[in-house]
Amino acid sequence: MHNFDFVKPSTIADAVAALAHEGAQALSGGQTLIPTMKQRLAAPAVLVSLTGIGEMQGVCRGEGGLHIGAATTHARVAREAAAHYPALAALAGGIGDPAVRNRGTIGGSLANNDPSACYPAAVLGSGATIVTNTRTIPADDFFRGMFTTALMDGEIITEVRFPIPERAAYAKFVQPASRFALTGVFVAKFPSGVRVAVTGASEGGVFRWNEAEAALTANFSAASVEGLTVSPEGMIRDLHGTPEYRANLVKVMTKRAVTSAK
Amino acid sequence: MTKVTMTVNGRPVSGEVEGRTLLVQFLREGLGLTGTHVGCDTAQCGACVVHVNGAAMKSCNVLALDVAGAEVRTIEGMANPDGSLSGLQQAFQDHHGLQCGFCTPGMVMSAAALLAENPRPTEAEVRHYLEGNLCRCTGYHNIVKAVLAASGQDVSGVGIAAE
Repeated sequence: MHNFDFVKPSTIADAVAALAHEGAQALSGGQTLIPTMKQRLAAPAVLVSLTGIGEMQGVCRGEGGLHIGAATTHARVAREAAAHYPALAALAGGIGDPAVRNRGTIGGSLANNDPSACYPAAVLGSGATIVTNTRTIPADDFFRGMFTTALMDGEIITEVRFPIPERAAYAKFVQPASRFALTGVFVAKFPSGVRVAVTGASEGGVFRWNEAEAALTANFSAASVEGLTVSPEGMIRDLHGTPEYRANLVKVMTKRAVTSAK
Repeated sequence: MTKVTMTVNGRPVSGEVEGRTLLVQFLREGLGLTGTHVGCDTAQCGACVVHVNGAAMKSCNVLALDVAGAEVRTIEGMANPDGSLSGLQQAFQDHHGLQCGFCTPGMVMSAAALLAENPRPTEAEVRHYLEGNLCRCTGYHNIVKAVLAASGQDVSGVGIAAE
């Protein structure tokens, strides 16, 4: 890993100022960025740790649902969101392994937008709102394709606000070596309708399965998606699965999520 | 170089590190605490697990400067004050929970974190919690047995298929 200057501000304002330096990069839990830097796929001149900012930590009920500070670890979300939004807590508790969950954060995961990460499915499936130091971004506008988001240079995710559905579940088909989702589906039933978000399957990253949303809004049962088909076009092909395999998994995992939703 | 200070196994320590110095490098090369192992260096194998403020973390994936001021516990801090093995360590010895021993420090640290939050885990809970710790000798049955024994449970029926 190339060397860098390390700074650890204690306020969002100081972090924004530090990120204005040439070659600066934000660091949250580092569970993806540090291995990436070891491979020299990233070589920031300045690394700005966001883990020392108190106002970016914690889980609380707030206007419109559950507010989670962007530097809150997966382990803490798994513990503290359980009473408010069990499906979200269960998703957080299934990321990586215990040691990774004690370090990785929700904001870091969303800013990275790995096409196989779990959190993007929860955020898009819930219709959550991403709060940054400058604006709020609806989930539908945030994810812009593999490893790409609506964030501008130097912009920091500070909080994520989740509306709480009537019922929801995340069904993840684990790739056991990486513990990422080979395909994962988050289903959330709101009074206004059902949202279905799929991760791990598409080359474009997380996406909403609109046909399933319409069918499940009409009738929230696994049988509602039985007659639907998912096109393998644009699905990920790698040594773990073909596009056709992933397309099939989208339907299978959607049915499992619907069946287990509570 | 920047000065970093933290508490390791109850002792205040400090040293000069670079921005890129990993916690595991500071522990091993800076403090000579070579019980914490580097296996994969990619956060897959868990040989480098230590506790930071009580939480298990992969020290190959944490910057030393990012945990300045923290309370860190390594395998060297797991024995009883008189130097005898802790109950968990003794259980690893009694149940042959190690073969080559390379993964053992990480296994013990992860298992200790599990027992701190779940004092009587089921066999399935132990296996699930240790999913981020790999044993290339594939000695999992006896590792699981050791953790269950350390929690005070009867292990006479565990892992028979492996013996």
